Amino acid sequence: MSKKIGDVVLDLQNISLRFGGVKALTDISFDVREHEVRAIIGPNGAGKSSMLNVINGVYHPQDGKIFFHGQERKQMDPHLAAAQGISRTFQNIALFKGMSVLDNIMTGRTLKMKSNLLLQAIWWGPARNEEIAHRKKVEEIIDFLEIQHIRKTPVGRLPYGLQKRVDLGRALAMEPKILLLDEPMAGMNVEEKQDMCRFILDVNDQFGTTIVLIEHDMGVVMDISDRVVVLDYGKKIGDGLPDEVRSSPEVIKAYLGAGH
Amino acid sequence: MIYRENGQFKTSYGADQQIFPIAQDRWAVIAIIAFAFVGVPLLADEYMFRAILIPFLILSLAALGVNLLVGYCGQITLGAGAFMAIGAYAAYNFLIRVDGMPLLAALLLGGLTSAAMGIIFGIPSLRVRGLYLAVATLAAQFFWDWAFLRIKWFTNDSSSGSVSVSNLDFFGWNVDAPAEKYLFCLGMLVVFGFLAKNLTRASIGRQWMAIRDMDVAAEVIGIRPMWAKLSAFAVSSFFVGVAGAMWGFVHLGSWEPAAFSVDRSFQLLFMVIIGGLGSIVGSFFGAAFIVVLPIFLNQFLPVLGRLVGISISTAAVSHAELIIFGALIVFFLIVEPHGLARLWATSKEKLRLWPFPH
Repeated sequence: MSKKIGDVVLDLQNISLRFGGVKALTDISFDVREHEVRAIIGPNGAGKSSMLNVINGVYHPQDGKIFFHGQERKQMDPHLAAAQGISRTFQNIALFKGMSVLDNIMTGRTLKMKSNLLLQAIWWGPARNEEIAHRKKVEEIIDFLEIQHIRKTPVGRLPYGLQKRVDLGRALAMEPKILLLDEPMAGMNVEEKQDMCRFILDVNDQFGTTIVLIEHDMGVVMDISDRVVVLDYGKKIGDGLPDEVRSSPEVIKAYLGAGH
Repeated sequence: MIYRENGQFKTSYGADQQIFPIAQDRWAVIAIIAFAFVGVPLLADEYMFRAILIPFLILSLAALGVNLLVGYCGQITLGAGAFMAIGAYAAYNFLIRVDGMPLLAALLLGGLTSAAMGIIFGIPSLRVRGLYLAVATLAAQFFWDWAFLRIKWFTNDSSSGSVSVSNLDFFGWNVDAPAEKYLFCLGMLVVFGFLAKNLTRASIGRQWMAIRDMDVAAEVIGIRPMWAKLSAFAVSSFFVGVAGAMWGFVHLGSWEPAAFSVDRSFQLLFMVIIGGLGSIVGSFFGAAFIVVLPIFLNQFLPVLGRLVGISISTAAVSHAELIIFGALIVFFLIVEPHGLARLWATSKEKLRLWPFPH
């Protein structure tokens, strides 16, 4: 792969997050470069999901600074993060169960749809054209993810692997600059994992989207990520290329226990 | 065999996104609307219009509004009766206090006033949800019940507390015969039905459903919960308010605050639950079930009694009516908790494949 990794787009400095007395994240700093696949790994409860929630504004860290495209972000909320081009998928699929696959992915385009409520009510002119234009974009995503056959199926009826794919589709519909993936391969079989890896690499390759992912499958992480951050008990214990991280004694200790 | 979409190929996204993508659906809807406009006025008598059809149409409109809020946006409300009252009293005040106010404008202004109040009383939904929100919306009901009873300005200082509207003039068309009232209500319902259908399949409808199904995820993809929830309250209250104004103006003619008590709120909520949450057609089913069924039972039971040789007294009929009505509600909720609309959708799906099981 000859992709070009660019400058730092997201820079997290000394992030600390507490819930009452529980320290979820302590003094964590790392950066994400443009077009790279950045993995966050760590044992259960290490604070990986909290980290993603800090990045897209669901949680507000007590200390630390976040720079996005060189600008410090203050008082972030999820809606603003979305408007700036950060989208994400969820560990426990958070699709809109009562809606079809098509509608779920269309929802991802909400921020790009501007027509007002009255025009939508009469389905006329700009509102109708907008709906059709966005439908076209969504169909491209549906083609990309190879889910044409289920586009009108309510997502509640789909098997788990496909739901994960729709979740990715909805995040892609926002045309994000940074895509946060929270365990995209959890609970999948080998073939589904291979498919998902292919989609992630294709997204990264074709659209140039920067990807931050959390994953437990070490094989996957080592294969597809450019750089890896390792967290344990809310602290950063490793950061670097996959091979460096794999051979770091601290990481081995966290994963395998002190005896090894 | 008849209800099948084979061979109906869509060549553009516009065609695939039209309001009824299946040709049979389109024709059925056109046929039903045409029959309602032309056939029904020829067939129905005055009693049918007054007791069944007009209440059914107006309450369908109100149920439609409640369904947008409860079924599509997932915000439970027990204040629908209050918003009907706001619509009715606001329209009444616009009509009598502004010279030359056209009827339609008064109705729509009543709806808009109700929408504004809907936004205000929808604010608690930003903090609380579920049953707690239901209780919070009950505040609207109690407050407006009190206001319309005690604040004399709303009722134009009428000594009895009741207000009346006569001479309904719709752009030169004098709506006073029952058949004319029926046509007027039908026209309004058709227009509002299409508006509701369009809203629910457009961006705003998807935002409502996203908030209903998974509000955290909705926020993360850029939906503002405040905008989505309050717009649902506003649109819903607008529909309910217009329905309330029509209930007062067209159906009742003269009314007291008791016409829009908490009973009405419950009735509307039951309509959307029985009819089907999150379904436009379900609102009509629900309204039909609640309005038409008791009357039907009332008429039908004595006939049935005569057939088997038993004469049933009027009192027994009215008791039996309530018992059977209650039993049917329980029956339908057990058979299909998602309402009559889901039964309808399932049977349509089966029909598409018939005579094959899969």
